Amino acid sequence: MARKALQGVKVIEIAQLVAGPYCAKLLADLGAEVVKIEEPLVGDQARRREPFLNDVPHPERSGLFLYLNTNKLGITLDLKTETGRGIFRKLADWADILIEDNPPEVLEALGLDYKNLKATNPRLIMTSITPFGQTGPYRNYKAYPLNTFHAGGESCMMLRMSSTPERAPIKGPGFMGEYDCGLSAATATLCALYARGMTGSGQYIDISKQESAIALERLENVLYPNRHKEETRAMINAAARGAGMVGGLMRCKDGYIVLAAMQEAEWQGLVDLMGEPAWVNDERFKGESNRSQHAKEATSLVQEWMMDQTKEEVFRGGQERGVPIGAVNSPEDLVNSPQLKFRGFFVGIDHPETGKITYPAAPYQFSKTPWAVERPAPLLGQDNEDIYCTLLGYTRQDMVSMRENGVI
Amino acid sequence: MNRSALEGVRIADFSWAWAGPYATMLLALMGAEVIKIESRQRLDHVRLRALGFGVFRGVDWSPFFNDLNLNKMSVTLNFSQPEAVALAKRLVQISDVAAQNMRPGVMDRLGLGYEDLKKVRPDIIYLSSSACGATGPEKEYKGYAPTFGALGGAVHLTGYPDAAPQQMMGSIDLRSAATSAFAIIAALCYRQATGEGQLIDLSSQETISALIADVIMDYTMNGRNQTRKANRDEAMAPHNCYRCQDGKWVTIAIASEEEWKAFCSAMGDPSWTQDDRFSDAYSRQRNQDELDKQVEAWTVNHTPYQVTRILQKAGVAAFPSFDSKELSSDRHLKERDAFREIEHPVMGKRIVVAPHWKLSDTPARPYRHAPLFGEHNEYVFGELLGMRPGEINELKEKEIIY
Repeated sequence: MARKALQGVKVIEIAQLVAGPYCAKLLADLGAEVVKIEEPLVGDQARRREPFLNDVPHPERSGLFLYLNTNKLGITLDLKTETGRGIFRKLADWADILIEDNPPEVLEALGLDYKNLKATNPRLIMTSITPFGQTGPYRNYKAYPLNTFHAGGESCMMLRMSSTPERAPIKGPGFMGEYDCGLSAATATLCALYARGMTGSGQYIDISKQESAIALERLENVLYPNRHKEETRAMINAAARGAGMVGGLMRCKDGYIVLAAMQEAEWQGLVDLMGEPAWVNDERFKGESNRSQHAKEATSLVQEWMMDQTKEEVFRGGQERGVPIGAVNSPEDLVNSPQLKFRGFFVGIDHPETGKITYPAAPYQFSKTPWAVERPAPLLGQDNEDIYCTLLGYTRQDMVSMRENGVI
Repeated sequence: MNRSALEGVRIADFSWAWAGPYATMLLALMGAEVIKIESRQRLDHVRLRALGFGVFRGVDWSPFFNDLNLNKMSVTLNFSQPEAVALAKRLVQISDVAAQNMRPGVMDRLGLGYEDLKKVRPDIIYLSSSACGATGPEKEYKGYAPTFGALGGAVHLTGYPDAAPQQMMGSIDLRSAATSAFAIIAALCYRQATGEGQLIDLSSQETISALIADVIMDYTMNGRNQTRKANRDEAMAPHNCYRCQDGKWVTIAIASEEEWKAFCSAMGDPSWTQDDRFSDAYSRQRNQDELDKQVEAWTVNHTPYQVTRILQKAGVAAFPSFDSKELSSDRHLKERDAFREIEHPVMGKRIVVAPHWKLSDTPARPYRHAPLFGEHNEYVFGELLGMRPGEINELKEKEIIY
């Protein structure tokens, strides 16, 4: 059997919804042993979010939860009890990595902050994910994914290219900002793991959802503070003129495509695809620089032609001629994409409560240590016995008593 | 001084445009030594122009190149000459990672594919990042961020339901890059444990699809092909972005009855909040259009910061929708040093986004400006590869170092 990239790496996760669990999932899917801690009886909030299988709400049948928690072991533990906190400390002594998303100071109030945990496990890496980070005046602000996405600058940036600029700025699709943050946290966590391989010491990582969003819009987000610089001013002016890009989002007979024809050869491919209409010979459209200055006119002429073509014709025909065109794919299009099918981007995963359903896999293929799902998301408290008895040495009798007392 | 997390890791960076360079820059911020291998003969076009923004006056005048290549070194090798390929291999020999984002096949034809480089450096980690991946019927498809944002499914799901989808630009490249950086560091951890390198084949299209996985699951589980819903949420209302004074915007999101009550009371319990249409979460969800009008009639008399202060004090999630100007003056971001000023030898002082992770013991490295074109030819070929100045000059004259 192939080895796993993160084989032997031990992780505990005490996080909910998307960002924290996605961070841990990225590690689990590459072979880390992740123990997910949930509140007894209640569990991760994602269990109560759609999509539910057949639209019937059920804590074990949320597609969101199922996707975000593959390959994890699941236990229940109540940190409000002293016994629960004791168990948590034991787990933190066992782990290499702790991923958590509690509001700042919550773990500290329980005596479970990094300083305390490090005292008995100096090799521990602890990653905290919060909306605005552990410091600064907004650290205790409440925020949902909508708020933190807009806090990062991308919404206002998108408004500049919007077909509805008079309406409010919008967030990205679904929980994208949360996934972004989970990914960013996972990268930082593994960098700390790599550093620990050299130094032997763990460390603490403070991840702010807002800052992870700011980083993804890092070019446009600094246009304003640099506006007095000549190059930046030229870019701001270009943007104000509607920017010199031929294409962008365009409508076809039956849907949309995005065209980004930038270089001369790409433009020529497009001209060929359009059947060399006479207007392309106009002086305004000869050469990149002329076209850039008359991008709006060129775009509207291309658009006129495209209205009579299908999305598939434009996408395939364009790509065959080396024109960078992307079809605006819906979830259905993705599931039916021959490319994604060929690459195995969708995998069937069996689960006791849902049967076998199809999940997206990973966007990277490792030649030696393949991404793989070996177990579906855990049922609530599914691995209590394994973790409490086999790993931590409690007896089954202890477990009965802990359950009766609401610890697990 | 603290060491950096990736101190001692060297990356031979063959990448260009946005998605590749930002991936290696993330690792450079973490302390990896990244050597960008570029050429006048096939210039990284970000040095010249930015999609939609026009042409810069010289190769060292691109603000965007600076934002995507901080902390790196630059050498110039003209791959139309075989000696340049041989030199690149020598660089790979002393590197841990090689990264590239050409169309699949291009690097193989140059003799710089994974199989070639593995011969000179058996434990090399090799990233191949491309629009649709290196295998499959669409592997040759060409793409930039706006196109694979569409291909990956993000564009269809972004925008108002009654209007065209919203195109997404550079951030899509940076998302692909962030995924590449994660894959590389995972491979580095594996190599640290076992001594083995490997090939990573990454599809930018798929990096975007992965970030909307739960929406895709709604289709695979229920056959529901979701579409865009602007700022709205299936379960929460109010859940939107509202107009404030002076054309500014604020987001408000309410999840529970408790938060709804706190919200009403923070607004001074206006009479409309007693309306039957808003009496419980379900009704508020059903009557969102009307609800949003009422909420906006209140926010429009305040600044985003006022709304945020009033509502946060009441325990309600509210925050401005920031633009570049607001971000650059926000007190929280100032206190957290979210932006940093660096000195660029040609463009002068520039503000850049600071590293977005705070590591206690191995903090992300202070910035150095993106390298000038060929800035490190002498250091890399001289110091690292041990070539004499005469040799280097000769290669320059022959346009091998070019």
